[in-house]
Amino acid sequence: MRANNGESGGAVKEEVPLAIDVHNLTKRFGKNTVVNRINLVVPQGKVYGFLGPNGSGKTTTIRMICGLLTPDEGEGTCLGYDLRKESENIRKNVGYMTQRFSFWEDLTIRENLNFAGKIFGIKESRKRIQYALQKLGLERRADQLAGSLSGGWKQRLALAACTLHEPKLLLLDEPTAGVDPKARREFWDEIHQLASQRITVLVSTHYMDEAERCHAIVYIANGNILSQGTVDDVISQSGLSTWVVGGKDLVSLKEELIKNPAVMTAAVFGESLHVSGVVAEELEAAIEPYKDRKDLSWSREETSLEDAFIYYNTLIKDYKKG
Amino acid sequence: MWKGRFSFGRTGAIMQKEFTQLRRERSTFAMIVLLPIIQLLLFGYAVDMNPKYLPTYILSRDQSVFSRSFVAGLKNSLYFDIRGDVHSDEEGEELLRKGQAQFIVTIPEYFERDLVGGKRPSVLVQVDGTDPVASSGPAAAMNGILESVLRHDLKGPLENLSTVKPAVELIQHRMYNPEGLTRFNIVPGLLGIVLTMTGVMMVALALTRERERGTMENLLAMPARPLEVMIGKIVPYILIGYIQSTIVVTAAWFLFSVPVLGSLWLLGGVLGIFITCNMAMGYALATISRTQMQAMQGTVLIALPSLMLSGFIFPFSGMPVWAQTIGRIIPMTYFNRIVRGVMLKGNGIEEIWPETWPLLIFLLVATIIAIKCYRKTID
Ligand SMILES: Nc1ncnc2c1ncn2[C@@H]1O[C@H](COP(=O)(O)OP(=O)(O)O)[C@@H](O)[C@H]1O
Ligand SMILES: [Mg+2]
Repeated sequence: MRANNGESGGAVKEEVPLAIDVHNLTKRFGKNTVVNRINLVVPQGKVYGFLGPNGSGKTTTIRMICGLLTPDEGEGTCLGYDLRKESENIRKNVGYMTQRFSFWEDLTIRENLNFAGKIFGIKESRKRIQYALQKLGLERRADQLAGSLSGGWKQRLALAACTLHEPKLLLLDEPTAGVDPKARREFWDEIHQLASQRITVLVSTHYMDEAERCHAIVYIANGNILSQGTVDDVISQSGLSTWVVGGKDLVSLKEELIKNPAVMTAAVFGESLHVSGVVAEELEAAIEPYKDRKDLSWSREETSLEDAFIYYNTLIKDYKKG
Repeated sequence: MWKGRFSFGRTGAIMQKEFTQLRRERSTFAMIVLLPIIQLLLFGYAVDMNPKYLPTYILSRDQSVFSRSFVAGLKNSLYFDIRGDVHSDEEGEELLRKGQAQFIVTIPEYFERDLVGGKRPSVLVQVDGTDPVASSGPAAAMNGILESVLRHDLKGPLENLSTVKPAVELIQHRMYNPEGLTRFNIVPGLLGIVLTMTGVMMVALALTRERERGTMENLLAMPARPLEVMIGKIVPYILIGYIQSTIVVTAAWFLFSVPVLGSLWLLGGVLGIFITCNMAMGYALATISRTQMQAMQGTVLIALPSLMLSGFIFPFSGMPVWAQTIGRIIPMTYFNRIVRGVMLKGNGIEEIWPETWPLLIFLLVATIIAIKCYRKTID
């Protein structure tokens, strides 16, 4: 297995084996470059969050990593196996949970687990399936068709089925989309429990609170990785400073402020408006005229991850405009 | 490259999954059982209708006792409606062409004299073969009528004329459809059509369904090899093919007394090859179809030439060269001949071998194409 030589910029640490180590990964569909020369390095035992707007190339990247799509360019290894030449070995050791529920709805819960058990050639699969059912709390409903489960339960079944063969790497594609908050929290407890057993997890998500439960996050937009690192890294890499303003008619205030070039982003969050800019002095100058207004209350705050993401998205839009 | 060995465990798992899903798919199951029965009844009973009073004209060049009693015999049989006489070959052919006559019976000159002289005169029967269903039964009956008329009339010193060999030769000239179809011939063809239609379609749907429902992505992400997936997906449908064959052959036996003269084992073996041919075609079709709809359309595209160009509907030898060329690469063509041979003529392995090896080659090629086209990725 290749080792991390501290190329991500940090100090040279002790050698950590890499679960994912890919370079210049590129995928085109027709003329569309959907994933553009991305580098992704994930050390073993870490939970990495994969964030980005819809259509930014998360699913495509994950599919290339687990061998379901052939990259047009780029190379690398997954669990030490060559991405292009050893995809069978990768398949055996990776658990991939697809974005859309992809187990068989016309099979029962138990039949789905049995099938996965046999395909992966799991020893003592009967015991393991029984244990998985217990842990899921689905023992009594094991003979129910998978199609009859609600969204949250489907996700848990899928997770149980794709971890049955004790994979070393888990690729989870938006596993908590459309799942209620309590189920989401439990799902993430489960992910961290797996990580504590040295399982590496790459999970794509749209939720900020989930991003904050990751060891590191990767932000991708339009097929390009814009930022990666810990949550704090990603925020500080944006270089933003942020003011939060409360008051009335924030929407029209936002419209006015955004016209000022020093204001990079302005976004309403419920009762407050977040205004961010890259150069702190210019931003302050920009909001100066509004500071005295009685109906508004201003405060300087830490830039949030969401502010940073909104900023990254505007960069992409400007870039596309020319 | 991962050089893992073929795994019976994985193949079995896919097979079992397919069986379970099939068991829950009621409509498919109904189609499997009902389609062969419905087709058999439709074809079988359509053929079984005993046509009566078919328009017949007589061209008699010999006004004698014998010729008159022959015509009387035809009248009595109820098969034939003797509409009148014609006076030349051209007139008779005109009537046939216009569809006003189904049969033209030509009694030759000196019929009686030749008959009595033991010269075995020939009676010519021209048949409009475009509607074989209507003409084949009566045409066969004509022989018997002629025989019984002669047996009745040839008495005394002439008696030995009828016993040695037929005193009169009946020449049937089937026009427009030289081979003709009989009810017996339809059953083997029907077997082929049922197996092609349902076989190709079921396998193609089984694979495209996975793609449409998104489960294909899961299956591909699992470490199952293409050959394992193919075998696991196909074997359940081979079994179903055998069930359908049993239904058709048994029903044909009970309802229409269609015999199986040859070996049942041989028939079973040939069925296995043909069914697997269709499975491989269906599988190859599925690898190039994106949706179940496309798979259905593809099935029609495969079934249609099998129906038209295999010699089932139109006799093979009567087809134009281009159609025969296409017919030669259709497995149904060979299957049709083999099953006719085994069921109706009692053919053995030596006799059917010339039609069997093309099937085996087709099977091999179709399997290779199916495996080659099956992609392990979703690009
Ligand atoms: N098989 C495909 N053929 C053509 N375009 C595709 C295909 N799969 C994905 N795309 C396109 O690639 C882009 C990225 O898709 P995807 O990787 O699914 O994004 P994400 O998972 O981040 O939402 C989208 O614009 C999508 O339309
Ligand atoms: Mg996606």
